[in-house]
Amino acid sequence: MDDQVILLVEDNPDDEALTLRALKKNQIMNEVVVAHDGVEALDYLLCRGPHSRRDPSELPQVVLLDLKLPKVDGFEVLRRIRANPQTRYLPVVILTTSNEEQDRIKGYDLGANSYVRKPVEFGEFVDAVRQLGLYWLLLNQNAPHPRSA
Amino acid sequence: MMRALLSQPSSLAARLTRLNLLVTATALLLACAAFVAFDLLTFRQSIVRNLSIQAQVLGSNSVAALVFNDRDSAEKTLAALRAAPDVLSACLYSADGRPFVEYHRGGSGGVPPLARLGPGEQENHRFAHGDVMLLDRIVFQSEPTGYIYLESSLDALWARVRLYLFISVGVLLGALVAALAVSFKFRRAILQPIHALAEVARLVAYERNYAVRAAGEGAPLELGHLVAAFNGMLVQIELRDRELRQARDELEQRVELRTAELAAANKELESFSYSVSHDLRAPLRSIDGFSLALLQDYGDSLGAEARDYFERIRVATRRMGILIDDLLNLARVSRRELRRERVNLTDMARAVEADLRKSESRCSVEFRIQDGVEAEGDAHLLRVVLDNLLSNAWKYTSKHPTARIEFGQTSSNGHSVFFVKDDGAGFDPVYAGKLFGAFQRLHGSSEFPGTGVGLATVQRILHRHGGRIWAESAVEKGATFYFTVQGEAQWTTR
Repeated sequence: MDDQVILLVEDNPDDEALTLRALKKNQIMNEVVVAHDGVEALDYLLCRGPHSRRDPSELPQVVLLDLKLPKVDGFEVLRRIRANPQTRYLPVVILTTSNEEQDRIKGYDLGANSYVRKPVEFGEFVDAVRQLGLYWLLLNQNAPHPRSA
Repeated sequence: MMRALLSQPSSLAARLTRLNLLVTATALLLACAAFVAFDLLTFRQSIVRNLSIQAQVLGSNSVAALVFNDRDSAEKTLAALRAAPDVLSACLYSADGRPFVEYHRGGSGGVPPLARLGPGEQENHRFAHGDVMLLDRIVFQSEPTGYIYLESSLDALWARVRLYLFISVGVLLGALVAALAVSFKFRRAILQPIHALAEVARLVAYERNYAVRAAGEGAPLELGHLVAAFNGMLVQIELRDRELRQARDELEQRVELRTAELAAANKELESFSYSVSHDLRAPLRSIDGFSLALLQDYGDSLGAEARDYFERIRVATRRMGILIDDLLNLARVSRRELRRERVNLTDMARAVEADLRKSESRCSVEFRIQDGVEAEGDAHLLRVVLDNLLSNAWKYTSKHPTARIEFGQTSSNGHSVFFVKDDGAGFDPVYAGKLFGAFQRLHGSSEFPGTGVGLATVQRILHRHGGRIWAESAVEKGATFYFTVQGEAQWTTR
């Protein structure tokens, strides 16, 4: 379980720190790769730019995706993940501040696996992260990678 | 078809012509009749007068023959009547009334018995069988000597009548032809402007062309006035039409502008609440998260007072989070499209009750929810209404050992209204008007928690449905919230 990578796409350093703290509080020791905008996230997933030497078959176990991001926003990142045959089955959890109806509809429309609103209360947030880790890292069985299938 | 043709109104031209001819004919006939009657009367009198003169001449010429009983002389005298072709017969009577000598034009005939002349009467006449008969007394030296009788035909009179008739008919025909000609000429002068006016009226009525004008040159005075008045009216109509069109265009433009402004404002509001939803809560998470991190990681080195301060920071942060959520809900309620349907409020209230009991176990609360309460409205929004009202009732009865919360339908001023009633803390009715304003609270948040947005949201939802809400209460006597979902226009807002 520990070798599985979590990709956290988050531009707010506070939220990044808090998410990492929440993961630590829940004893989730997996490697967390942090992308600070949509371009970084896509570079990592599609092995481009600074990540061009990464093995494309090694995909993260789950992507925690914020919606409001600089450069390329979360919806666009999700759209490109689903458009690429390498990453189309990758579990993506939208983890964001808003619970706007339009965001939820658009998120599921583009193929998000889950939509979680970050609670203001940190205790609740820690609990949410615990459940996410339990489900996506332990319980959920990902689709086999297209190349290895 | 025939009836249609018959019932069709005749044209003005035909009527005018008919009228003209009728007037002419009537006037001529009356004039002719009067003239002929007068002339015939005069003519007849002149016939009688001539006959009388003839009788007197014959009488005085026959005096000697009568006195001397000389028939030959008398016959010669009467034979002079051959020169008068009208005289049909004549007879001379002796003084005792016996016929003395007769004369008959073209052969013989009977002699009528002597008619009696009244005493002192010199002469009389009568008309009979197309003839005129005259009897004259012959007097010599103041002594009646005999009588003379003359019968004359009226052929001359009848010939004259025939001639008059002939001339009258001729004159009548001539006059009618002349009248026809005159009426044709006048028709053109009168009818042409009327036709033109009618055509203009048709254009105005059916093609809504207010720019046309009727021509009135050469029309009779009254028609000229009519045409001028009609044209004046058209000028007015055209002016009004133009003004109306202008006003409409302006109004349309203004509506378009306002709609665009409204749409822009709506869009702005939407993007505003979108960014509020995304950006305003993020810092709160940092404040709460790092406060907790401090408490967890450095709690031991902090004094009790510092820990209390951090707890206060966290409470305020959570409160702010709830406030933002409530405000966003309020904004969302205004934006959301209304979908009206039949909603079972009884089921909805029971579901809210179940949620409340799940959130907090209070077996001392009794719910009385009326069966079969239904409303026409947006199910999602009505759920928000019941959520808020029943949660309030639940909240404001929490300080009482036992509580009763009621929901149902009742009648107010003859109208059906819904109500949510509790026997909780209630409020001072003086402040009832403040209840439904956003952020307006009648209790401190330490006493009863809340943001003051709930009832504002409820009111906005009901207003959007066309309904309204009001409340009755007294301190510690519970509160009753009445609401309607559909509009009652005749109701005045309290």
